[in-house]
Amino acid sequence: MLYRFRQFLESARAWQSAIVAVPYFWLLLFFLIPFFLVLKISLAEYIVASPPFSKLIQFGEEGQMYITLIFDNFVFLWEDDLYYKTYLNSLRISIISTILCLLIGYPIAYGIARSTPTVKKILLLMVILPFWTSFLLRVYAWIGLLADQGTINDLLIGLGIIDQPIKMLYTDFAVLVGIVYTYVPFMILPLFANIERLDLTVHEAAADLGAKPFTIFRTITIPLTMPGIIAGSLLVFIPATGEFVIPDLLGGGNVLMIGRVLYSEFNLNQDWPVASTVAIVLLLLLVIPMMLYQHYQAKEAEAE
Amino acid sequence: MTQATDTSKLFENQPWLDPDAEPFVKIRALTKTFGSFTAVSSVDLDIYEGELFSLLGGSGCGKTTLLRMLAGFEEPSSGTISIDGVDMANIPPYQRPVNMMFQSYALFPHMTVEQNVGYGLKQDRVEKNEIAERVAEILAIVELTPFNKRKPHQLSGGQRQRVALARSLVKKPKVLLLDEPLAALDKRLREQTQFELMNIQHQLGVTFIVVTHDQEEAMTLSTRIAVMDQGQFSQIGTPTDIYEYPQTRFVANFIGSANMFEGRVVENGDNHVIVRSSHGDLSFYIDHSFEIRENIGVSIALRPEKITLSREVPETIDEYNTVKGIVDDIGYLGNFSIYRILLENDKIIAVTHPNQSRPRDARHLAEWDDEVLLSWAPSSPILLTK
Amino acid sequence: MLCLGFAFLYIPMFLLIFYSFNASRFVPVWGGFSIKWYITLFQSEEVWNAVILSLEIAIMNATFATLLGAMAGIAMARIRRFRGRVLFSGMISAPLVMPEVITGLSLLLLFITMSELIGWPTRGITTITIAHITFSLAYVAVIVQSRLVGIDESLEEAAQDLGARPYRVLIDITVPLIAPALVAGWLLAFTLSLDDLVIASFVSGPGSNTLPMLIYSRVKLGLKPDVNALATIIILIVTIGVIIAGWILSRQEKQRLLDQQMADSEKYDFSESIR
Repeated sequence: MLYRFRQFLESARAWQSAIVAVPYFWLLLFFLIPFFLVLKISLAEYIVASPPFSKLIQFGEEGQMYITLIFDNFVFLWEDDLYYKTYLNSLRISIISTILCLLIGYPIAYGIARSTPTVKKILLLMVILPFWTSFLLRVYAWIGLLADQGTINDLLIGLGIIDQPIKMLYTDFAVLVGIVYTYVPFMILPLFANIERLDLTVHEAAADLGAKPFTIFRTITIPLTMPGIIAGSLLVFIPATGEFVIPDLLGGGNVLMIGRVLYSEFNLNQDWPVASTVAIVLLLLLVIPMMLYQHYQAKEAEAE
Repeated sequence: MTQATDTSKLFENQPWLDPDAEPFVKIRALTKTFGSFTAVSSVDLDIYEGELFSLLGGSGCGKTTLLRMLAGFEEPSSGTISIDGVDMANIPPYQRPVNMMFQSYALFPHMTVEQNVGYGLKQDRVEKNEIAERVAEILAIVELTPFNKRKPHQLSGGQRQRVALARSLVKKPKVLLLDEPLAALDKRLREQTQFELMNIQHQLGVTFIVVTHDQEEAMTLSTRIAVMDQGQFSQIGTPTDIYEYPQTRFVANFIGSANMFEGRVVENGDNHVIVRSSHGDLSFYIDHSFEIRENIGVSIALRPEKITLSREVPETIDEYNTVKGIVDDIGYLGNFSIYRILLENDKIIAVTHPNQSRPRDARHLAEWDDEVLLSWAPSSPILLTK
Repeated sequence: MLCLGFAFLYIPMFLLIFYSFNASRFVPVWGGFSIKWYITLFQSEEVWNAVILSLEIAIMNATFATLLGAMAGIAMARIRRFRGRVLFSGMISAPLVMPEVITGLSLLLLFITMSELIGWPTRGITTITIAHITFSLAYVAVIVQSRLVGIDESLEEAAQDLGARPYRVLIDITVPLIAPALVAGWLLAFTLSLDDLVIASFVSGPGSNTLPMLIYSRVKLGLKPDVNALATIIILIVTIGVIIAGWILSRQEKQRLLDQQMADSEKYDFSESIR
């Protein structure tokens, strides 16, 4: 009996089960179940109590179970044009910043991938370095740059180009700059990985067949780097849509973005059901891009 | 080496011909399916102690799957494997009396040569001194003693191959499995290593089972070869059997090259068979008998080196085993030349001829567009029904 | 274009450093060189407490996330079939792109429900650490998985073939081979934790202010030169770390290439000695 137990402990199956089970259990408990809680509370009603929401399931005197689903929060979100506008504005800003990241990131990624091995390593480290420093502090740096008495306005006034400071901080522009600045490394890295793997002879073959540089770029380079473009774009677009810190610090009260609305609904208004509903709707908006990203990751993993 | 019995003598009596001999590795009705794909389809195989047995076949024929089932990395869908009388079902890889040499060598990159070779002994809790002794001994056999402190990436391809061999031999397994042992070496090293592999096997007397796609390698190394195709054995036999007496069209084509003719048995005598080719005026006289009905469709395989080529074409030619043709193409390969002869019925036959003399003026035995006569001995045509 | 791109990435950081030496209280106005903000910073007990709390959380998070993430990565790369594999791979890649506000909100709701049901955990260092482990482990898992995918599986099979039981294979072969990924994963988990504001703000309790939470509360009130001083110190530490790591990596790479060349040049010498 003891021998058979030892045999089992030593067997591959026992070890494999343990390796899967521990992280699986962790993720189920701390990642999956919380979403169902959010869903549950989004279907409850705000009440002045602690916790501030009505119970979904109640038991009657004879043990009957009552389930009360309240869709008022979703209706409220639909009818109040503040939320509706906020979602649209979040999408607008994250789409514009994704495009800007792509326009800035592509040439940088291309430049790095085409440089000599030593230079390549240094440049790559330089792209990654800001990523390891505090994100919050890098956003903070832009307050100093963009403020009315900030570095940029001072410089422009000093040079005599303008005489009144341009209002940049607390505008859409500031938020866009902040998002592009923080997320551009996320665009560069997958693009770089993709461009570096490109077989250069394909370009030579295209040139040999008479294609001009721009034609080669349009018909060969872009299609071949599409996986990198898609992965990078999703890595920028998804977190940018729900971003809180950047609109909060650089947009102030003037730029409505959904992450900030959710945060204040929860922490300032203490309205948990509405905050949960905002989260569920945001998740629904992002679920397609997130699945797309997962699909591409799986395809990449297979290709390796 | 105490086990260094003379294996060549052992095989003079050819145990596979003796019905009472007990096979060392016994495979019965072994099948492996992956989903709807059948990799190995109900095969039976007996391998005898001390053999150097090759599993030969193209990619995807099931040879590697068979080897991995022997090692214990794949569980058979059905059927049994027994080694030295012990059923291998439910015995995990780490408890089997077999070791494997991987195609990629699978040397542990973070360990030195010594640590790599000693790893298996350490798992068996062998005493430290004994490990050192046995590792030194096996490294001496593969002539790697000066490299014992190096790591795999500091070795050349040939040296890595020896480390892998030493590592899998040091535990004195009952059976050594070798997955494409020479495929990663360049041609020159491969030829030399073939003979070293045979020497080491001879010296240690371990049963070797080799998986290879290289027929030349299988022919040189093996006591016997099993030719595999689509998960089944096409033929099992000695290298000579397989080459000279192939039993199927697949084997005749896969091992060496062969000219194939479709035909019909027109006469079946006591000590001869006559086959008429369906390509026209060509008949084969075969000087040994077959159990076969007359008028049945068969194939004839004829090896290119068994055909004699002559520029002297008489007016009338023999009825059997001769044919006229025109030289269509010549390929000069140095040690021999290949002549492609166009027959009257538009069929092309390949004939090889060794270049024994050093031609200066007359470059070839025959020139382009020459009319030539092809003939062969009555023992040469191979009659195939499968 | 490359220069412009890097200027865009680095000029804000240089300005942060520049103004940390400004004597003036108003950040954009240059009032002469001074290191007084560093002194203020070092004298602030509040800052020290936040730094210590953040480091504690970051170290615990990095250690547990590396452990759990390595298990998840090995499971994904080496175990082809198990029940719920699709869900598992979804749960590993989702945290990488999940908006922080959603993760923070959902975890807080879980913690509140749990402490109502079983009286654990209390909000503070425990909840922040659990939250950080949950999203960090996904990053570690991806790093470990991609490293393992690049490693020949027959190495592990060879060890088993030589008689190593599965746990020995794990200890002797798999772990040493993924060691670089484990180091990278640990460092990444460590910085992710130090960097997180949003999730920590959701799940932290009274009195437990992490460093980003402290910085945020100060920055909300406007530009603070002592924050610049803090930023300078962080940038300095990271830069030194990255340069050292880069140097070690490139040295290893060079050594490997050298060894390889040496081995290849000996390739035929050996066959000579046989004759």
